[in-house]
Amino acid sequence: MQAKTTAVEAVQQASRRVEVAGVPGTAVMSGLRAVAADVESVQLLSPEGERVEHPRFALDISAEELRGLYRDMVLVRRFDREGNALQRQGQLSLWAPLLGQEAAQVGSGRAMRPRDVAFPSYREHGVAWCRGVDPTELLSLFRGTEHCGWDPRATGFWPYTIVIGNQVLNATGYAMGQRLDGALGHDHDADSGEATVVYFGDGATSQGDVHEGMVFAASFDAPIVFFCQNNQWAISHPVERQSRVPLYRRASGYGFPGIRVDGNDVLAVLAVTRWALQECRSGNGPVMIEAFTYRMDAHTTSDDPSRYRLADEQEAWKLLDPIERVRVHLSRTGQADREFFDQVDRDADELAARFRAHCLTLADPPLERIYSHVFVEPTEQLERQLADDRRFVALDEAVPMNVSTQGGHR
Amino acid sequence: MTSIVTAGDPQSDVAPSTFAKALNDALRTAMERDDRVLVLGEDVGRLGGVFRVTDGLQKDFGEHRVIDTPLAESGIIGTAVGLAYRGYRPVTEIQFDGFVWPGFDQIVSQVAKVSYRSQGKLRVPMVIRVPYGGGIGAVEHHSESPESIFCHVAGIRVVSPATPQDGYDMLLEAIACDDPVVFFEPKRRYWEKAPVQRDTRSSGSVPTTFSSLVRRAGSDVTVVTYGPSVKTVLAAAEAAAADDVAVEVIDLRTLSPLDLGPVLESVRHTGRLVVVSEAPLEASITSEVAARVTEEAFYSLAAPVQRVGGSDTPYPPSRVEPLYLPGVDRVLDAIDRVLDS
Ligand SMILES: Cc1ncc(C[n+]2csc(CCOP(=O)(O)OP(=O)(O)O)c2C)c(N)n1
Ligand SMILES: [Mg+2]
Repeated sequence: MQAKTTAVEAVQQASRRVEVAGVPGTAVMSGLRAVAADVESVQLLSPEGERVEHPRFALDISAEELRGLYRDMVLVRRFDREGNALQRQGQLSLWAPLLGQEAAQVGSGRAMRPRDVAFPSYREHGVAWCRGVDPTELLSLFRGTEHCGWDPRATGFWPYTIVIGNQVLNATGYAMGQRLDGALGHDHDADSGEATVVYFGDGATSQGDVHEGMVFAASFDAPIVFFCQNNQWAISHPVERQSRVPLYRRASGYGFPGIRVDGNDVLAVLAVTRWALQECRSGNGPVMIEAFTYRMDAHTTSDDPSRYRLADEQEAWKLLDPIERVRVHLSRTGQADREFFDQVDRDADELAARFRAHCLTLADPPLERIYSHVFVEPTEQLERQLADDRRFVALDEAVPMNVSTQGGHR
Repeated sequence: MTSIVTAGDPQSDVAPSTFAKALNDALRTAMERDDRVLVLGEDVGRLGGVFRVTDGLQKDFGEHRVIDTPLAESGIIGTAVGLAYRGYRPVTEIQFDGFVWPGFDQIVSQVAKVSYRSQGKLRVPMVIRVPYGGGIGAVEHHSESPESIFCHVAGIRVVSPATPQDGYDMLLEAIACDDPVVFFEPKRRYWEKAPVQRDTRSSGSVPTTFSSLVRRAGSDVTVVTYGPSVKTVLAAAEAAAADDVAVEVIDLRTLSPLDLGPVLESVRHTGRLVVVSEAPLEASITSEVAARVTEEAFYSLAAPVQRVGGSDTPYPPSRVEPLYLPGVDRVLDAIDRVLDS
């Protein structure tokens, strides 16, 4: 027994050495992992709220636009916190918090134009906001009254995808369709063309679907931005378990550009995503963006991160807060005053109240929902099963004190 | 089938245990007995699994035996095949039923077929653990019952325990089994408690737990079920007894291959059969049982076989699952129907 395990241990130790000696920004095993994007990363606004110039990604942004981004992030954070609270109070069965990822989501969401389409995973409440999905429409999935509460086509925001990686292939196919349709832009018209953005996590990069999506997108020059939010964790697995190299470098293996951006810097995310989308719209896709950020809360409300990560790490990332740096910048440069900040806070409270009130009004779906939209037309078999179920519901209503049931009473 | 289990001293530990803890104990026992047993999966190490079934195992057996893998089910199952070729006994965990599909290709193409393709020269003794079924109020992809799809694949054993004791015994047997086993765990029963006798199969040749079991004897109607529905059916049998209907309840335990001997024997004296599962009905275990009993015991049947199951739809939003999941009154209604005709 000893000999066998020693060999395995040797491999294990060797692999740990690789992790420890690895590339900048990926390798920290001693508890406090990399807190900042490394030097390769694009940053336009420092954590202290100072504008930083970048040779490739200049951004001219008006005071109004900047205030808009601030407002977006504050409102998104506010309803996200409300989602957590609603779950704690038993009104939602689950919530997947985005805390800490506001800049990555709002920056990329605001870089999109109406014709562009976003394929999210399940945490992209901030992107949903930017696409015009009303936050209340996010609730039904987490309350268990629906699988998707918004109109994917009207918003250009596809349904949340819980099966890790699935949406990357679907988004790639959509982008292939955009190209086949001749929907790419023209040189003489900067506003023409459309592209697709697909969101996925650091953990997702290990899935075959993500690999295949990148292969297909490269093969067919698909106008798609692979937007990876590296929040450092896939439930309890640190990103080092998924990759030896910074994730954005994977793009070069597929033959398209990959860029790492400070995911807590809304300006950098906006500038880089705008550039990437323009590349895609003008036929130079795909592009991969790795937004280097941090999951400040639990994976979901069902998760207990104290079992696998140190609170120190979260404390360190607090100093890099995506909202605070914009706030500091806005006040220091006189682009916003007290009144503005107060107004945003009031708007956020109002939104949270509306979000909560709406949640409480969401009724359980009727029996018929079980059978609707399975096929375009209901089949005879499903109609028979529905009729049979109706008989039971009627029975239950006629005899309210029915025998106690296990796992529901169908 | 053969089940070769070597064990240490039998203990008579009958403390009540949750289903999840019984599975945890089985894993621990198997890992202590055989250092070639490995656990692989997402969040199985430090976190101890999202249902805590692997809780504490990494701490005690090390990171090289309880392995937090990259996030890829095809990777988990496909590399487990290679580890099995190398003489390991991998026990893989799939986090939820709805996430097994990226690994399905490996299951169908390699896990199930390699023994056949190599005329038995290569074997892959491995376990694929899958928490399954509804009733926990979860979001989509977390409540499915895909077991019938696996039963259609020749070359893998498919089993499902219904009680903590069976969870313990059957997982030990699955790990000891030289065939690959897909092990479906009824997740809504994870926190239910019952006494668990440890090491019950410790000496010599013991009866296999991959066999159908009469859970309650009765002479009027046979109700066949498995996994999460066993408890529901036992409650229905209790309710029927109040009306002087004696229901015989059979827990299949092994879903592929089926062990129909006890079912046929039961039907030969009751003449009436109901088959219950929460999986969709079409092309399912319930249809297989109904067909096989009809083939082999048609002249014993006094009434058409009745089936109770999930509807032939995707799993609905969880707030309607009380209407979707077959409960006691559905089972009683089917019992009435076989008795009436
Ligand atoms: C195919 C599949 N396997 C497993 C899961 C369970 N699961 C849900 S989220 C998650 C981790 C995802 O991590 P990452 O891709 O980094 O995204 P994040 O949650 O950090 O946003 C896992 C393993 C799943 N949803 N789908
Ligand atoms: Mg992540």
